Amino acid sequence: MIPEIGHFALILALILALVQGILPLIGAATNQANFMAVARPAAQGQFVFVAIAFACLAYAFLANDFSVKYVATNSNSLLPAQYRFSAVWGGHEGSILLWTLTLSVWTLLVTLFSRHLPQAMAARVLGVMGLISIGFLLFTLMVSNPFERLLPAALEGRDLNPLLQDPGMVIHPPILYIGYVGFSVAFAFALAALMGGRLDAAWARWSRPWTTAAWVFLTLGIALGSGWAYYELGWGGWWFWDPVENASFLPWLVGTALIHSLAVTEKRGTFKSWTVLLAIAAFSLSLLGTFLVRSGVLTSVHAFATDPKRGVFILIFLTIVIGASLLLFAWRAPKVGLGGKFALISRETFLLANNVLLLVATGAVLLGTLYPLFIDALDLGKISVGPPYFDAVFLPLMAPAIFLMGIGPFARWKEQSLPELAKRLKWAFGVALLSALLMPLTLGKWTPLISFGLLLAFWVIATGVYGVWSRLSQTPGTMMSRIAKQSPSWWGMQVAHLGIAIFIIGVTLVKGYETERDVRMALGSAVAVHPYSFTFRGAKPQAGPNYQAWVGTVEVFKNDKLVATLHPEKRNYFSTGMAMTEAAIDTGITRDLYVALGEPLENGAWSVRVYHKPFVDWIWGGCVLMALGGLLAISDRRYRLHQRSANASPTLTVESQA
Amino acid sequence: MKPRHKKLLWVLGSLSLLGVATWLVLNALDKNLNYFYSPTQVANHEAPSNRSFRLGGLVVDGSLKRQTDGLTVEFVVTDTASNIPVRYKGILPDLFKEGKSVVAQGKLGADGHFVADQVLAKHDENYMPPEAAKALEDARKINANAGKAPQP
Amino acid sequence: MLRFLAPFAVFVALIVFFAIGLKRDPREIPSPLINQQAPAFKLQQLQAPSKQFSPSDMLGQVWLFNVWASWCVSCREEHPVFVELSKSKLVPIVGLNYKDKSADALQWLIQFGNPYVLSAMDLDGRVGIDYGVYGVPETYVIDKQGVIRMKHIGPVTPEILQNKILPRVRELSK
Repeated sequence: MIPEIGHFALILALILALVQGILPLIGAATNQANFMAVARPAAQGQFVFVAIAFACLAYAFLANDFSVKYVATNSNSLLPAQYRFSAVWGGHEGSILLWTLTLSVWTLLVTLFSRHLPQAMAARVLGVMGLISIGFLLFTLMVSNPFERLLPAALEGRDLNPLLQDPGMVIHPPILYIGYVGFSVAFAFALAALMGGRLDAAWARWSRPWTTAAWVFLTLGIALGSGWAYYELGWGGWWFWDPVENASFLPWLVGTALIHSLAVTEKRGTFKSWTVLLAIAAFSLSLLGTFLVRSGVLTSVHAFATDPKRGVFILIFLTIVIGASLLLFAWRAPKVGLGGKFALISRETFLLANNVLLLVATGAVLLGTLYPLFIDALDLGKISVGPPYFDAVFLPLMAPAIFLMGIGPFARWKEQSLPELAKRLKWAFGVALLSALLMPLTLGKWTPLISFGLLLAFWVIATGVYGVWSRLSQTPGTMMSRIAKQSPSWWGMQVAHLGIAIFIIGVTLVKGYETERDVRMALGSAVAVHPYSFTFRGAKPQAGPNYQAWVGTVEVFKNDKLVATLHPEKRNYFSTGMAMTEAAIDTGITRDLYVALGEPLENGAWSVRVYHKPFVDWIWGGCVLMALGGLLAISDRRYRLHQRSANASPTLTVESQA
Repeated sequence: MKPRHKKLLWVLGSLSLLGVATWLVLNALDKNLNYFYSPTQVANHEAPSNRSFRLGGLVVDGSLKRQTDGLTVEFVVTDTASNIPVRYKGILPDLFKEGKSVVAQGKLGADGHFVADQVLAKHDENYMPPEAAKALEDARKINANAGKAPQP
Repeated sequence: MLRFLAPFAVFVALIVFFAIGLKRDPREIPSPLINQQAPAFKLQQLQAPSKQFSPSDMLGQVWLFNVWASWCVSCREEHPVFVELSKSKLVPIVGLNYKDKSADALQWLIQFGNPYVLSAMDLDGRVGIDYGVYGVPETYVIDKQGVIRMKHIGPVTPEILQNKILPRVRELSK
């Protein structure tokens, strides 16, 4: 009965989505207030029904209702309760339902925080989001219904993929989806602005907090996914340039460009068509990611279930949504005007240059991701693009962007004199260069690449510190009041940029100084990974709730002092017979000690992976800082001064200057 | 600066960025494209001898041998038409099993062995890597054309 | 303002590639086994492990060869179709129990009915590979000379049985 309620709730949600997607747009076009007024209640009702559907599916999982096909395929009565819950999005159908739920949550939030918007704008934004929702609800109901029955019921479920039985996997997909789907708000705002012909500073100010919020979640989601791969896949890598990873990284890159471009549009009224295009691109890449993952046209470590019928559906949906929005762009954008002028050396230029670099990098990553598909489609054979391609292309494109990132905040809008800029920043550059050259020497090994990576990171930190210092020293009052007087969005930028620097330090040091050793370890034997020594104390069998494990014991010594006792596991899951490596990690601020069991050998010996990863956690620490910076920026009061933002139209003044 | 010069600078700037990016992409693609070859193609000397490529197929039952260091393994990959011995030093992925599909990346060694520096496993039991599937499919076609039933 | 159309043009080109990529689905590749002798094998029977089964045992009659497993959820969708078919005695159905555990498989047949004259146990999936099994379930139509005449991937629905499989069986039985 419960699954039928869920199914029915989805149908009702679809009806409401149709109402939400059609009437308000007609209303806005023909200026009928009663049609536009439908948008909010329809969106809120749609959220309620999607939430009911989701709750029904979650209930079916928690109650082990194996008469539901999706539950029978993705759960098992031995599965612990928290994983039975996360199994809701462990397969295709549930992932799509989660996608839809996330979209309806974002839509709900827009209905709640859009009271200050002009009615036509709000109606158009909600209408566009309704159209997207129609697509996903149709997709769910037509080709991926999670409530499909299996009669008579299965006695036992097939179980969740053991890789997904992990706390990281409980939260990673929802966070990532919140980020992915969040770009739909920026997209809806952009389309609404195009339809209304109102691409101005107010529009940019409205979309900014939404875009930043989506970006914050996407950042955290990607970081969680990378952390999950690091400890769960058992070979210590944290980024593989796998198609599915790229699918989440591409919207992030464009989203980052969008955040900066929106800032220019809000402050200066420039880059308007560029910003709109980025908003369309960010969401299109989110949809594209869904297509790539769900259709199976690209295979990757993540591809667990693929179905060509679904691929066709998403492709048609993708064509309609992106095609229509790009046509709308081509039709309306030429009329929006160029906005304020700026000199060759100005903050606008720096931001534009960074934007272009980010986009070119996006293009290069996209090309590498899709290249095997192109070659296959042209019948030129099967190929794969190795991860070194991405490193070789991405890093040279990002290095100048990082360099500009240090300068940008010091440049003035409209016009900046280059010699003055150089004079202000020469000390920061000197400090960064000197420490980047010297620091590797204290860490044991000097290579140009390590120094270069550190130079970029220290450059960002040095310019950031100098920027904060000069800003605070120009503000009167006590230290506390000086800090409080700066706007949260300014602090947000500083924190996020610091996050980038921390991230770069992590990547540089772990790439430069990590030690990875795959060794055969007999009972009591030791392996030295400077300055640590790992001793193998054997492996014992141990039973888990739905698996049988070998649990190894490895003691780690430093200067003959025990620093950690690690228990890596090799699990064998009953229901699927799949073997899983559970790495044991001793986490520290300056290093991780990483041990994973390979295979049992003769006489109680095992092959073991023994890794020493210096500063690896800085990678995720940097991501957390970036997200924190984003949160600070959203908290800026400016976005809540509704009256002013709705009435004032700074664009007019900007354009009269132009 | 005159607007005309400014425009020229912009165009030059974007063109040079585009040029650099294109060069980067082409250069990196050229070095990092991994072509895929089936055991039959390797047996017919169609695979490059000095370049890394991917080999896919099934691990022959009972072919897995471990050397005394416990880390160097040898196994035979087949597409049911030809067999290629593979050598790999390292820990095999969890889903590596005899009789199952496998994709290995590496180079041909002087002794005719395929020396793998990476053995790829997919994270689902019932999923066959497309390269491996294609190798089996091609071999089946060859067998079919030769007018004989596929040999296991 | 042609340059504003550029993003659209790029997108259209991408879509064309995606469409081709989607069409190149392995399921659409016609199996090279069609009109070929069914690959030979010898496997233990599920219900009588002492006895073996080989496709040559079926020479002289048209038969269906159905790949199934107790862990396979879509097998349960098509199973009632085969149970019905077996009652009609139109064509014998041989099962290939694919990568399964014998106890689970027997339990499954008790629960859902056994339409098979017998099931061969392909524990390690080797035979499945010879037959080019992409995913369970799959069904083959094999003629009196032991030649594969048709292959269906995915669950067999009553429509597919009536419109595709049975006409072929009747034609071959003549």
